[in-house]
Amino acid sequence: MEQIYPENQNKCRLVKANPESVRFLLQYSKSLNIVNHKGMKFENNLN
Amino acid sequence: MQLPAEDPILVQNYISGDEKALEILINKHNQRITSFIYSKVLDRAIAEDIFQDTFIKVINTLKRGAYNEEGKFLPWVMRIAHNLVIDHFRRNKRMPKFEGTGDFNIFSVLGDDKLDAERQIIKDQIENDLGLLIEELPDDQKEVLIMRMYRDMSFKEISENTGVSINTALGRMRYALINLRKIIEKNNIVLTN
Repeated sequence: MEQIYPENQNKCRLVKANPESVRFLLQYSKSLNIVNHKGMKFENNLN
Repeated sequence: MQLPAEDPILVQNYISGDEKALEILINKHNQRITSFIYSKVLDRAIAEDIFQDTFIKVINTLKRGAYNEEGKFLPWVMRIAHNLVIDHFRRNKRMPKFEGTGDFNIFSVLGDDKLDAERQIIKDQIENDLGLLIEELPDDQKEVLIMRMYRDMSFKEISENTGVSINTALGRMRYALINLRKIIEKNNIVLTN
């Protein structure tokens, strides 16, 4: 089969967020508590 | 061999309180989302920040129970990331960065928007004089001009508030400006800073 794709088709750089960023997000998620009271949602950050 | 869990299941588990599901989701899509952001902003640190902001929005939405994109988790996250990238560029456009080198002094080309004390006094005087001139206008024109210029109301709002048609409000505004100019010319008043 004819090669129709250019050789340098994927030159974009693959990057990943640092493990610290991921850890921060997980800790943020654990600390975030949303309370529903009479139809209103209150955010608490329990650090 | 255990197959990796699908996004909808992970999202459901996370909403039900399984924090581990979020970790799996983040790690699963980390490279794709970060690479997408990086391809737009071309800066590692900014990409990292936007990645974090994206997932903070994701976490908030999921915890609030406001997520309803059944089965389309990744496109939804990508859209949030995309919007945040746009916000980033909008912010930078309003506040452009300039990295000078060597002896170049940025303040030689960048002015301070704030007026100096003298110009501020002149500006205050002009505003004060203008206030007195507006008082000279007929009541109907004065009312429209104040609503438009000082309260930033649209002509539709003005017409609703004054009980006249939009065209009448526009006409009153036009005559207010014409009359103001006449008063200014008649009294040889200079209103410039």
